[in-house]
Amino acid sequence: MIENVSRREFFKASGALVLAVSLPVRAQDKPGFAPNAFVRIDADNTVTVIVKHLEMGQGTYTGLPTLVAEELDADWAQIRAEGAPADAKRYNNLSWGEAQGTGGSSSLPNSYEQMRKAGAAARAMLVRAAAEKWNVPAEQITVAKGVVSHAKTKKRAKFGELAAAAATQTVPADVKLKEPKDFVLIGKATLPRTDAAAKSTGAAIFTQDIKLPEMLTAVVIHPPRFGAKLARFDAAKAQEMRGVEAVVAFETPVRSGVAVLAYDYWTAKKAREAVVVEWDETNALRLGSAQIMAEYKRLADTPGTVARKQGDVEAALKASAKTFAAAYEFPYLAHAAMEPMNCVVRLAADACEIWHGEQFQTVDQMALAKFLGLQPDQVKLNMVFAGGSFGRRANPHSDFLLEAAAIAKAIKGLAPVKLVWSREDDMRAGYYRPMYYHALEAGVDAAGNLTAWRHVIVGQSILAGTAFESMMVKEGIDATSVEGAANLPYGVENLLVQLHSPQIGVPVQWWRSVGATHTAFSTECFLDDIARGTGQDPFELRRTLLEKHPRHKGTLELAAKQAGWGKPLPKDRARGIAVHESFDTVVAQVVDISRRKDGVHIERVVCAVDCGVAVNPNIVAMQMESGIGFGLSAALMGAITLKDGAVEQSNFHDYPVLRMNQAPRIEVHIVPSAEKPTGVGEPATPVIAPALANALAALGGKPVRSLPLSGQGFSFT
Amino acid sequence: MIALSVNGQPVTVDAEADTPLLWVLRDFLELTGTKFGCGMALSGACTVHLDGKPTRSCVTPLSAVTGRRINTIEGIGRFKTGKVVQEAWMAENVPQCGYCQSGQVMSAVALLSSNKDPSDAQIDSAMSGNICRCATYPRIRAAIKRAAKKLA
Repeated sequence: MIENVSRREFFKASGALVLAVSLPVRAQDKPGFAPNAFVRIDADNTVTVIVKHLEMGQGTYTGLPTLVAEELDADWAQIRAEGAPADAKRYNNLSWGEAQGTGGSSSLPNSYEQMRKAGAAARAMLVRAAAEKWNVPAEQITVAKGVVSHAKTKKRAKFGELAAAAATQTVPADVKLKEPKDFVLIGKATLPRTDAAAKSTGAAIFTQDIKLPEMLTAVVIHPPRFGAKLARFDAAKAQEMRGVEAVVAFETPVRSGVAVLAYDYWTAKKAREAVVVEWDETNALRLGSAQIMAEYKRLADTPGTVARKQGDVEAALKASAKTFAAAYEFPYLAHAAMEPMNCVVRLAADACEIWHGEQFQTVDQMALAKFLGLQPDQVKLNMVFAGGSFGRRANPHSDFLLEAAAIAKAIKGLAPVKLVWSREDDMRAGYYRPMYYHALEAGVDAAGNLTAWRHVIVGQSILAGTAFESMMVKEGIDATSVEGAANLPYGVENLLVQLHSPQIGVPVQWWRSVGATHTAFSTECFLDDIARGTGQDPFELRRTLLEKHPRHKGTLELAAKQAGWGKPLPKDRARGIAVHESFDTVVAQVVDISRRKDGVHIERVVCAVDCGVAVNPNIVAMQMESGIGFGLSAALMGAITLKDGAVEQSNFHDYPVLRMNQAPRIEVHIVPSAEKPTGVGEPATPVIAPALANALAALGGKPVRSLPLSGQGFSFT
Repeated sequence: MIALSVNGQPVTVDAEADTPLLWVLRDFLELTGTKFGCGMALSGACTVHLDGKPTRSCVTPLSAVTGRRINTIEGIGRFKTGKVVQEAWMAENVPQCGYCQSGQVMSAVALLSSNKDPSDAQIDSAMSGNICRCATYPRIRAAIKRAAKKLA
C-alpha cells in the first residue's frame, strides 16, 4: 500500500486526462508504461490503477478500476488498485474543483469519464505499439481480456509484452469511449473486489498497522469537556515507568491535552493512567442534552431564516379544511468507525509525512502546512485503507491529524509518531452528527389534497467556522442543515422551510448522508401522518405528489412492487414505506415488520435504488445493505448524550451498534438506467428509519416523534 | 522473556505479563491482522483462537497464554476450515472497509470447526460478538453457509 516511489517517474502527463496537454511519457528505469496519472502497466502484465479516492469500504478500489479496465479491455485478474498521493492538480475530485478528497458519495460519479478516458488512452497506445511491431494497420487490431490481437496474421501479445513499446507512443489527444452496449464489465459482471483477498486474510494495511523504524505510539489524555484547556500536568510517576519515552503537552486549534509516548500501545496506555492532569474549565461547555433540546424547542417557535418559500403558507394553513402538526427530536450521533481515529506522522525540518486513511487531502495538507509552518507541497500524505469513516476522517479542522503533528512537534520530530485513540477517546472527542429539532405543520383541503407545508429546523451548523462556510452557507442557510427539506419533492403549492442554527459548542460534523439523516425522517414520517389523517394509502399519496419527480416515483414504485405493497398481510404484520433523494441518488425502501411475543421483528427490507448506470451492481447492493445497517443502528439505539457538558457514552456497551442478530434480510433492486452514475455510499442510510417508523405506526403503535427507538419504549427481536 | 506458540511457531516476547495478547501480536510480533476495536471485548475485532477456541485477545493477558496454542488470521489459512472460510469471504465479497473482518473470519472458523451445518440462529449466536459498522452481516451469513456447504 505504501507508495511506490519509482512510480513518480512515470507521472509526467496531465492528471485531468484531457490529454491535449499531455507529454509523451517514456519508461526509464522500468520496462512498463504509464500513459497518465491513473494507469501503469508493467512488464509482468500487471495493470495498476492509481485510485484518487479513499477506500473506506464503499468500493472505490473496485469501482474506479472497473472503469479503467472496461475501456482498456483488460482482464480483471490483472488489475491492481493503489492509492494516489496528495496532489490536487492531478488527483482532484472533479466535483470539488481544485480540491482532492472523498465525500458526498462523489467518487464514482466524478471519475466516471476521467477513469474511462485513462483506460482508453492506454489501450490506444498499446494498439499503436502492436501495429508498429507487427507492421499492420492499427484499425485491424482488437483487444479483449488483456490480449492484443491481429486476426489476419494471428499475432497476439499480452499488455506486458507491449508495455515498453507503448511507452514510446505519444499520448493521444482525444480518445473515443465505448458505447454502453459494448460494455463487458460495467453493469454486467459481479467482479470480485480488488481488496477482498487482503481483507479476508489480515494482509490489508490500515493506519493502525503502519510501523516505521523508531516509531513511538502516542496515547492521549483529552479534556473532560469541550472547551476545557490543559492547565498543568504531573507526569513524574508515568515517566518512571518502564518503556515510557516521553510525556508531553500538546495544543492544536481544536484541543489541548497530554500525550504519553512509548514503543507500544499498552505501555503508553498504562502510563496514561498515572498522569495527573488539571484542566482550565473556564470556557468549558456545561450544557446537558435536555437543556439543549429545550432551547431548540423555544427557538422553533420564533421565526427562522428562510431556506425555501413558495406561495403563502400562513394563509393556506388558515384556509385549510384540516391541519396537521408534528415535531421530531434527533440526538447527537457518533460515527464510531471500527478503526478508532489515528494517524502516523514523521517530521523533519522541512517536511511532514503522514500515513493515514486519508479522506481530505487538500484540507489536511493545508492545515498541516499552516500548523507546522511548511508549504503545502512539503506535506506528503500516504493514503492507506480506512477502517470505516462515515465522514469522520474528512474533518474540516483536521483535528486528529493536527493532534498527531503537535505531538511529533512536542518531541521535536525525534521519532515518527503513531497517534492511537482508544475507543473511549474516539467516542468522546466530538464531531458528531448534530442534535436537531424539527417542527412541521401541514394543511389539506376538503378533498384531502395537500395545500400547505411548513417546516422549521433547529440545529447546529456543520459548516459554520470551516473553510466551506463561504461556499456552502448562503444567506445564513447552511445547505447541509436543510438538504432534503428545502428541496422537498412533493408537490405542494405553499411551502415554507425555516432554519435556526444556534451555536452550542459541541463539535459537529457530517455523518453518512449528512442532512438527510434527519430531514428524510421528519418529512417521510410527517407525510405518513397526513396519509393516515386523510385516509389515504401512503404509497398512493406519495405517487400522487411525485408527479413531477419521475425518478422518485419510479424508484418508489419498484420498491412497492417488489415488496408486494397492497397485498393483505396476516395479523400482527405491517409495512412502512419511505423514499428520499440524496447525492442525486433516489432510494425507496419498504420495511415489513411483525409483532412477536418479545418485541417487534423486522421480517425484511426491500430497497430500490436509482443511481444511473450501476457500474458494479454488486457494490451498489453492498452499499444499500451497508447504508441500511448503518441507518438502522442509529434508528434503533444510536445516541450521544451530554450531562453537565460531558459526553455520557464511551464504548460499545453504552453506544450500542447493530449486530448480526439484529440485521434484517435485505433485498436490493436497481432501477435500470442509462444516465450517468450517481453515488451509492450514503443514500440508503436515511431511508430506513422513516420506513421503519412508518411500519411501527401502521402496526398500531403511536407515530414515532423521537429517535432512537430504544428511548421510545420499542423493543426489537 | 515469555515463550509462546503463534501460528505453529515458537516465539519469545519481552513484554510485561499484563500486556493483552492483542498488543503482543500487534506491537511485538508485528502480526497486525488482528485488530484493535474497543479494548473491552465488545467488538470482536481482536478475535484469535486460543487452543482452538475463539478468544478476545484485547482482554487476554500475556500471562494467561503461555504454553497455549495461539492461531491468528495470518495463520488460519493453513487449516482446511480457515482456507475454505477465507475463500468463501472472497467469493461473497464480504469485506467493505475490512477492519473487522479478521475477527469475523476467526469467529466463523471457530463456529464451523464445532458445527458443520449451523442454522441461522446458531450463526447469529456465534457471530453477534463481532461488530461490523459497514453492516456486512447478510454477506457474512451467506459466506458461512457457502463455507459450510464446501466443508460438508
